[in-house]
Amino acid sequence: MKGIKEKTFQAIAYIASLLTAVCLIAIIYGIFHDGLPLFQFISWKDFLFTNNWYPVYSPPGFGAWALIMGSFYVTLGALIIALPLSLGSAIFISEIASPGLREIAKPVIELLAGIPSVVYGLFGIAFLAPLIRQWFSLDTGLNLFTSSLILGIMVIPIICSISEDAMSSVPHSIREASLALGATKSETIFKAVIPAAKKGIIGSILLGFGRAIGETMVVLMVAGGAAQIPKSIFEPVRPMTSTIAAEMGETIMGDLHYNALFALAIVLLIITFFSNLITEIVFRPKRQK
Amino acid sequence: MNRRKGKNTFWIMMMILMLIITAGFLVVFIVRIISLGAPVLSWKFIVEPPREAMTEGGIFPALMGTFLLTALAMIFALPSGIFTAIWLTHYGKPQWLVNILHIIINTMAGIPSIIFGLFGMAIFVNLLGFKVSLLSGSLTLAILALPVIINNTEQAIHSVPADFSEASLALGATTRQTISKVVFPAALPNILTGAIISVGRVAGETAPIMFTAATFYSRSLPHSLQDEVMALPYHIYALMTEGTHPESQVPIAYGTALVLLILVILIDATAIIIRSYMRKKRQW
Amino acid sequence: MVERQIWTSNLNLWFGKNQILHNINLEAYKNHITAIIGPSGCGKSTLLRCFNRMNDPIPFMELTGKVYLDGKDIYAPKTDVYAVRASVGMVFQKPNPFPKSIYNNVAYGLQIQGKYSKSEIKDRVEESLKAAWLWDEVKDRLHHSAMSLSGGQQQRLCIARALANKPKVLLLDEPTSALDPQSTAKIEELCLALKNSVTILIVTHNVAQAGRIADYTAFLYLGELVEFEKTEQLFTVPKDKRTEAYLTGVFG
Repeated sequence: MKGIKEKTFQAIAYIASLLTAVCLIAIIYGIFHDGLPLFQFISWKDFLFTNNWYPVYSPPGFGAWALIMGSFYVTLGALIIALPLSLGSAIFISEIASPGLREIAKPVIELLAGIPSVVYGLFGIAFLAPLIRQWFSLDTGLNLFTSSLILGIMVIPIICSISEDAMSSVPHSIREASLALGATKSETIFKAVIPAAKKGIIGSILLGFGRAIGETMVVLMVAGGAAQIPKSIFEPVRPMTSTIAAEMGETIMGDLHYNALFALAIVLLIITFFSNLITEIVFRPKRQK
Repeated sequence: MNRRKGKNTFWIMMMILMLIITAGFLVVFIVRIISLGAPVLSWKFIVEPPREAMTEGGIFPALMGTFLLTALAMIFALPSGIFTAIWLTHYGKPQWLVNILHIIINTMAGIPSIIFGLFGMAIFVNLLGFKVSLLSGSLTLAILALPVIINNTEQAIHSVPADFSEASLALGATTRQTISKVVFPAALPNILTGAIISVGRVAGETAPIMFTAATFYSRSLPHSLQDEVMALPYHIYALMTEGTHPESQVPIAYGTALVLLILVILIDATAIIIRSYMRKKRQW
Repeated sequence: MVERQIWTSNLNLWFGKNQILHNINLEAYKNHITAIIGPSGCGKSTLLRCFNRMNDPIPFMELTGKVYLDGKDIYAPKTDVYAVRASVGMVFQKPNPFPKSIYNNVAYGLQIQGKYSKSEIKDRVEESLKAAWLWDEVKDRLHHSAMSLSGGQQQRLCIARALANKPKVLLLDEPTSALDPQSTAKIEELCLALKNSVTILIVTHNVAQAGRIADYTAFLYLGELVEFEKTEQLFTVPKDKRTEAYLTGVFG
């Protein structure tokens, strides 16, 4: 009698695990299944490397270079803004702030990390974009600059909290050793603490990268609409994520445009998979028992 | 030495500056949402449905929609996630299967939310024929939440000292009994906190529900799992991009954003408070 | 006339490719205390854990030979390992009470069996706590957390918890090495009192402790049972040179 309860419980747990595995396999299968048909119409080289995104023309063009570059530009911009701010804040919280301040700052950052991206998008489109349009006398505030700015702000809590964790995990003995040798506080931070926390910091940056490149709502609302390579940071840009979101409504299931958007999803999947892989390697280099 | 002291002061000032700028951005952000959203907020705003083509009225259906989507998603994801974590920590054999599963879970955790939306559309809406509905949306959100719940539960279980399991086994308890009577109760606070944070995450997602559940134009509440629903995050997006009367709709968007923000912050704050309370009460 | 209660027959154990136990033939007699001594890391705990199949969950564990409890091989296929563990109780080196109340700790073994009434459990809890010399100290706070007890009290609680199952054998794995001298003395005295109702097997790295309480002592060295004798005999006229060397402190 006891055996049945045991076996049932174990079976339920096993089935749940298999279900989880099936989910991912299904996702990969689904995306590839609906994306690969595009490559009967256009070679993957042309898809990736030509700037010819005219899905509704006839004949349609599916060169996604501008979109892929758009994703990278906006992510790069976000990281440029986010890195100094989040690392600086992390250093401050971990190394300089008083314990009382740290107690407050940590939960606050955690709360900020939970703010939904659509709210950032609203802030961008309704407040920041018009402001930037005014300040720089532009045609539109919905461009690479504004979206990088918002995306950067959005990514700060993530990078900050993980880097801060990494830095505060560095044992005190390292700081003490450095100070005892006559180093100043900033020297201790840059030459002793940060190198020791290197892994966690790099991991946090990779995580920020993954988050930024996969973000949809912010870029959908703020990056503007043009599937072009921007010639300046004040021009609109169209990352892959917002392309998918914006154009999906116009497609019919099974037509080439539909396939093309799934093909973009394939590219995104591959990029985030590798970014994830690298993050794994950075965070856990030795998985020996 | 003076040069080094000078550098020291410079860098410390820089760090403080970074923090101030960061805080500044975030303060402006939050203040903006609050100042433009608060005037729109009222009891009526929360409990009434929208009127006049989304230019007036409240957001009740969106609030309900978010609630339903989130609750259903959790009902799907929590048991599956917790049991998967239990298998991984207590029954995982063979080892290669455990390793593959971990790779799968970590990969899923990094997939952009729009891809979940596409997947949901392709499989639930189209292939399985659930159409754009509460069911499709919550299933999609459940899959999104799954890796987070699994990782969190695994961590929670691992943080329970092995001593307890050993003592339990040595008294003649089975693995199942050890899990249900000793390990799970001890890990529960952390599991709970993680689950609550997942709730906050799911409530705020837009991309997964764009093509699987959400609609802008429903005035009534969903009657069944097959109906479309409104949802707070989607409502904000739609108001700003599909709305035809910005003068009245932008404030509503801010109001909705404020409601969503308050909701998510309350949820996350609850989790944080429970966690620190539990940490203080911890007996081991 | 001493009667065998639990014994091994040609017991060999491997963890992966490492052989930890070599052809062990050890006997423990009913209502007597048998001590297992030897230098650290030579398999004493592993041997002890063979008696209640607590090595089973360890990956890559292989075992040959037999372990008999009252004449039945506990490693025979179809053996109810959970019943074996209830019959052969264990107390660990580091006290490990559950984060539950004192009452629920002691009652745990009975609760999981699901066949005792509430009043039966209540009586058994009181009986076990009295047998472990802890009743007077905790009888007024049975529903307080077990974690509020001192180290020595926690260990006695663990003993009570194991006794609640009315085991035939009690395995003690260095039960006092994490305790202060006073608590140690108390538990040694307790063992002497308990042997009348339960057979005791104790692993200890403290040779003097074996000398104080054990009727029989086994010397384990590098996974081999070098010598097994009445304690007095082992200590005064050890037959093996290695035993002598260990007892005189040449190594260990």
